[in-house]
Amino acid sequence: MVRHIIPSSLNEALKYLSEGTFRIMAGGTDLMIQRRSSAGTPPRFEQDILYLANLSELKYIVKSNGYIHIGSMTKLADIQKSEEAPLLLRKVVSEIGGPAIRHVSTIGGNIGNASPAGDGLVALYLLDAKIVVESVEGERLIPIEEFIVGVRKIVLRPNELIKEIVVPDTKFDYVKWVKVGGRKADSISKVSFAGAYSLKDGVIEDLRLAFGSVSATVARSRALEASCKNHKIAEIKRDLPRILEECGKIISPIDDQRSNKAYRRKVAINIAEHFLKHIE
Amino acid sequence: MNKITFTLNGQRVVVDLDPSLRLLDVLRDHFRLTGSKEGCGEGECGACSVLLDGKVVNSCCFPLANADGKSIITIEGFTKTKRYEILKDAFHIEGGSQCGICTPGMIMAAESLLSENPHPSEEEIRIGLSGNLCRCTGYNMIVKAVALASKKGEGLW
Amino acid sequence: MFDPAKSTPKVDHEEKCSGQSAYVSDIVLDDMLFAKTIRSTVAKAKILGISLPALPEGYYFVDRKDVLKENYVKMIFPDWPVFADGRVSYIGEPIMLVVGPDKIVIDRLIGQVKIDYELEIPVFDYVQSAVHKVFHKGDFAAAQARATRIIKETFETGYQEQAYIEPQGMIAYLEESDKITLVGSMQCPYYIKNAVVCTLGYDEHHVRVIQPSVGGAFGGKEEFPSTIACQLATAVVKIKKPIKMIFEREEDMLVTTKRHPSTIVLEAALDKDDHVIGIKADIGLDGGAYIGLSGVVLSRSMIAVTNAYTIPNLAVSGDVYITNTVPTGAFRGFGSPQMIFAIEMFMNHIAKDLGVDPFAFRLAHLAKQGDSTSTSGVFRDPIIMRDMIKKATEISDYHHKIAAYSKPGVTRGIGMSWFLHGCGFTGSGESTHIKAQVKLVKDEWDHVFVYIAAVDMGQGAKTALKRIVAMTLEVDNDRVSFENPDTDFVPDSGPTVASRTIMIVGGLLARAAKKMKETWMPAKRMEIIEHYRQPDYIKWDEDEMNGDAYPAYSWGVNVVEVEVSPVTYEVQLKGIWSVYDVGKAIDERMVIGQADGGVAQGVAYGYLEVMRHEQGKLRQKNLTDYVIPTAMDIPPTETIICENPFPYGPYGAKGVGELTLVGGAPAVALAIENAIGRKINKIPATPEHIMEILNHE
Repeated sequence: MVRHIIPSSLNEALKYLSEGTFRIMAGGTDLMIQRRSSAGTPPRFEQDILYLANLSELKYIVKSNGYIHIGSMTKLADIQKSEEAPLLLRKVVSEIGGPAIRHVSTIGGNIGNASPAGDGLVALYLLDAKIVVESVEGERLIPIEEFIVGVRKIVLRPNELIKEIVVPDTKFDYVKWVKVGGRKADSISKVSFAGAYSLKDGVIEDLRLAFGSVSATVARSRALEASCKNHKIAEIKRDLPRILEECGKIISPIDDQRSNKAYRRKVAINIAEHFLKHIE
Repeated sequence: MNKITFTLNGQRVVVDLDPSLRLLDVLRDHFRLTGSKEGCGEGECGACSVLLDGKVVNSCCFPLANADGKSIITIEGFTKTKRYEILKDAFHIEGGSQCGICTPGMIMAAESLLSENPHPSEEEIRIGLSGNLCRCTGYNMIVKAVALASKKGEGLW
Repeated sequence: MFDPAKSTPKVDHEEKCSGQSAYVSDIVLDDMLFAKTIRSTVAKAKILGISLPALPEGYYFVDRKDVLKENYVKMIFPDWPVFADGRVSYIGEPIMLVVGPDKIVIDRLIGQVKIDYELEIPVFDYVQSAVHKVFHKGDFAAAQARATRIIKETFETGYQEQAYIEPQGMIAYLEESDKITLVGSMQCPYYIKNAVVCTLGYDEHHVRVIQPSVGGAFGGKEEFPSTIACQLATAVVKIKKPIKMIFEREEDMLVTTKRHPSTIVLEAALDKDDHVIGIKADIGLDGGAYIGLSGVVLSRSMIAVTNAYTIPNLAVSGDVYITNTVPTGAFRGFGSPQMIFAIEMFMNHIAKDLGVDPFAFRLAHLAKQGDSTSTSGVFRDPIIMRDMIKKATEISDYHHKIAAYSKPGVTRGIGMSWFLHGCGFTGSGESTHIKAQVKLVKDEWDHVFVYIAAVDMGQGAKTALKRIVAMTLEVDNDRVSFENPDTDFVPDSGPTVASRTIMIVGGLLARAAKKMKETWMPAKRMEIIEHYRQPDYIKWDEDEMNGDAYPAYSWGVNVVEVEVSPVTYEVQLKGIWSVYDVGKAIDERMVIGQADGGVAQGVAYGYLEVMRHEQGKLRQKNLTDYVIPTAMDIPPTETIICENPFPYGPYGAKGVGELTLVGGAPAVALAIENAIGRKINKIPATPEHIMEILNHE
């Protein structure tokens, strides 16, 4: 007999988590579909369920001390509208699903789902997001690339929940998001790309590239980015073949019902190339 | 079993059912409100659209538990409003409904859009309806209907 | 006085907006049970044995052994089993039903059923022809012999899924202990009734079919619902309680009929003036595991070989291939879209090969009134295509754009398709197969009732047919009623298919209404029945496929403009312009509504909708993976309806329903060709395929 717990406070939620094993449900837009059974019957859950979507303590977007803090239960639609949220994340979120999905889906739920095609994750990786998880024992701060370790695999302990996402409030000169889906709305990405850069006197101060839907987790190479730092724009453009080759090494696209690996690989590199060629 | 309390079409209701049930099933099977339809069961088609605190959501992937303390309006409740009359007349005039299965959902999405943006551009209307699939109309007359409603409904949204 | 084209409010508008309209899944009956189907998980096998769990009280298995008379579903070619009988031929083939009050228990029971298969080798290639047809016009061999040039190309089209937003479903129950009633999502109440009568071996007075609201169909609910009906009827006879079976999207997508994939080989013989003097065509359709109505799809496909052109010599052969995949069936267009894609691309490619302007080249072959059709019939009625083409090029700025977009490095493209659609059933179907009847009744209060079997599935049949009657009787719309068909009350006016509803059924209603008006007796009950009569000029030889295949043709032009991204190869639609000749529009807004929906489906067939199978297993099984357009995918659209009244259609009307889909795919494919500067021979022209073509340097 599955128990259903709707905590009325964060503390209450943490207490329950410390005493039992729960499946955490946020907005439900992923979980309710993954676990669904026949129409008219409840979804198949083996564990007790803890519903966090209505915890207002976890809904916020605040800037403080050079960081942006987003509560895990913040809805995508609220991120889309918020001037405090990072621009790149707002762009990404505005192309996730459709209005109905964005009114319910939460950023924490997206992270917890850890789908290889999760668009929001690409932005968060690129923005050096850290995940704050909390339990009765306290908080842990985990870089997102260490938090998501595989397809739908996160290092969340059984007594923990995702509390917050922390992102440095970096001002980029330019951010770009490219989503290649099956159609213009409501589609799962075949390939996605986030890019950002900052320049100082024509020299790269900061260059970031992240690819989604082309590996088990978001693909990003800090080594590659570091190798571009402090170079002039013209040098970067001359160095394009090497950069693109390195990009090719960090992605491992697959064939599936939506697309194929040859397309995903070529397009991922095309997009990166287009982005880099247009740095000015 | 938990009791879930929420406002449904303006009335406070208490539901003693499995909280993980899809809101769509609770509306259709328990409350016999069959205006919300199941077209896909996975949040793609929007035929199951209802308003959650005024915003369009897909009830087919929304657990009953998350309705606790919220206000849910289905098409049945919305038909009692003046805004519905404007939308209905606009759909009528523009031919926005053919087989009708997507129509309640489109109207819910239109209401959600207009309540946030009373004078949307055509592009904004298409974005507002992007979560509702229609196979009969090719969308053009639905978009025109929403545009007409926004003009006619001056002051209502 | 009454203008047929004037738009009036749709009769069922109120209930559709408010959600009050009752579709089958909204209907609940006392004591109702649910049913779910156990299906084959393998493509081809003998069933060695089935081990069943013990059934709790109130639960039942229903299978082949419960079928009272015939274990096949009566349809055009009756080879679909109601329940698999010792062998399965496709993944998803129905084997049995599990019926009971609780779906959770039903799901559990299904999980406990073990089927022992002896696997056989499935066939997926086009090798097993189950239907072969041939027709000739003139002498292609002679044309080939004197040709100065022969051009040959192969074209391929994929599945298309109807993706009606309301999945299939049905309820069956017993009325008065021995009468079966079926209520469900359907296009053809009498197809269902006749199928159930046949399977049960019942007398026709003991089967009743009632149509509720239907949420879209597009051909997908033409023959398939008969299968569900026969299964449920068998179950209800056994269990004697009402049973409801509603498909959820995945099941619907995996097991119901789809558009036939095709491979079409076209060979053109050209004379020294670069004129096509002969075409040889070989059409292969993938019929899936059973023939069903694939033979008629094949006929229409073959007959569409010359599309809007006149070609004097033809050798056309076609086959329906049986493969171990889900049976394919009716979908708006019914074989035409495949052929029209092929021939439109081919004519353009020939022009390109010859180095001549494709527009002028195609125009030189455009059919004229009096020309002989592909099957050696005659285009008796005026053809206004030249004017329509001119109009289409004007509103889309076609000539300007195609010149500009043909320059290298330009990522935009524009394409135009010309097409026709034969209205009504192919050949003698109307008179030999359907034999439609309509009934008009006037009561003592001078209120008129329309009794026909036509289903309004969104196309506005109810509204349009009511208007035809009201206009003819010269009374207000609200003095005429048309309720959803119930076979206990309506005669068989034929299925709601083949673009025949306005032209044929509406035509019969207009005749009946005229008779009623001429013999009008105020305050007295009157009943008028009209039967279909084949016009004398229609001469058709079914075996030779020779003569007038259709009583009338509707014509169309589609122009599509696209932008193709050189980075992602994605296609963005930038504009769609259409011009149609449907004789006379009955309610112009409804016709344009149909046109908007049709062209969206046709264009998406050409570039967006992907469905493939791997070893008989469909890879796309839900609306997430099978991509249909959203509101954001549709560009600015303009549609013009031209008048060209057909003397034998009500108020001059011809067929509308399918015309607006059949030209979309070649229009978008030609636009993509224009943008990328490469030939397209296969649809859907997805970004993946475009990339392949571009990289094939």
